Amino acid sequence: MRTLKIIFILLFFFNQTNLQAYSTNPKEFIFELVSDAISKLSDKSLTNEEKAKFIEKIALENVDIKALSLYTLGELRKSTEEEILLSYQTAFEKYFLKSLTSRLTDYSSSKFEVTNSDQKSANYTIIQSVVSPDSGDPEIKIDWRVYTKNPDKPLIRDLIVEGLSLARTQKEEFASILNSNNNDISILIKKLEEFLKK
Amino acid sequence: MAIFKLNFNRILGKIIYIARTMILKKIKSFVFIMVFTFLTVSNLKAADECFENFSRAIFNFNMAFDDVIMEPVAKGYNKLPNPIKTGASNFTSNIATLLSIPNNLLQGNFKQLGHSTASFVVNTSVGILGIFNPAEKMGLKPHQEDVGQTLGIYGFGPGCYLVLPILGPSTARDTIGLLADTFIDPFAHVTIRENELFGASGNAIDYYSVKGTSAVNFRSDNLINLESLEKNSLDLYSSYKSIYLQDRNNKIKNSTEDQDDWGNLDN
Repeated sequence: MRTLKIIFILLFFFNQTNLQAYSTNPKEFIFELVSDAISKLSDKSLTNEEKAKFIEKIALENVDIKALSLYTLGELRKSTEEEILLSYQTAFEKYFLKSLTSRLTDYSSSKFEVTNSDQKSANYTIIQSVVSPDSGDPEIKIDWRVYTKNPDKPLIRDLIVEGLSLARTQKEEFASILNSNNNDISILIKKLEEFLKK
Repeated sequence: MAIFKLNFNRILGKIIYIARTMILKKIKSFVFIMVFTFLTVSNLKAADECFENFSRAIFNFNMAFDDVIMEPVAKGYNKLPNPIKTGASNFTSNIATLLSIPNNLLQGNFKQLGHSTASFVVNTSVGILGIFNPAEKMGLKPHQEDVGQTLGIYGFGPGCYLVLPILGPSTARDTIGLLADTFIDPFAHVTIRENELFGASGNAIDYYSVKGTSAVNFRSDNLINLESLEKNSLDLYSSYKSIYLQDRNNKIKNSTEDQDDWGNLDN
């Protein structure tokens, strides 16, 4: 009887953790994650604040924000002091989450379908998907660059919307700011912080 | 009198000869300067700017133009019933296919040449002047091609980046391509140059009306995207530049395959 009780308790916890986690297969991972996000974003019983909090939570768990912050810094990441790099990463994470929630609430009423999966290397798989807006506007092709170095925990590193990489756009935007300010990262951090105050 | 006539004809002949030589020399010099400039700038990386301050000023002007004219017009256009918007979009896309036909030929892309030509013929006839798009249902998917892309396929680099008034982001190659488009586009021949082609004729107003409708259609399709970009950018000018250059690169390759530049970022 006691063993049965323990099994029940374990099963309960196992199910609880499974409710939060997505598949480790990159294709299923993206489908489950985006379907979950769309269903939450289109849930009229949730406030915008609750939706934003949910998006932030899944982004923190499933997007490789640290790698993204280093990528967007370009070659400068190699020559930057650890301390400055850390404050840049902190500012970048806040900036990323704010811009992500603002972007995703704009695309809430859409249908989502994963169309293909292309393993580029042991570390990367590109998941191809299509978003069909309910408004009847043309469908949008979105590719997801999934980092699979740890096969038990796939992480999103980039979104390629109709062939346009959001990570690369961000990288080139930051490069322009850095180039016109003698590669001074503190100015970039200041701009990120100004954005957060808006 | 006869001698005077003979001398006069000789002098006139010489003047015409000198004038011709001078004009030819000027044309040659102009072509030389153009080709030299083009080849020089095409060796630059696309990220290089020729006149960034000027481009940023033009960009600000374009954004103001967008705020005052394009965005309100696009918002109004979006309120039109869907069949009207789809019809207008199909109509302008069908006309744009005309420019793709000679470009596909110049690129030696005969499969796409077939798609463009068949799509234009089917949509213009069965699709009632291109208002409907039966070609798509037949599996015809023409890519939009222009001289800038053709030059890219020939191996010309983009040259430096610049922003054109009203027309927006461009590169040295694409600006030359834009001018060349009006010489090889059959629609431009019929409208801007008022030539008759297969019984069709028009004027410059027709040309600019179609281009304007196409721009409004694009703007209305991207109302949310551009608003989101504007809201989330730290340097909007650079975001537009990056998006434009990525898009042109994809169009030249006829592929949206992501270029892996993540390098050794495996933490």
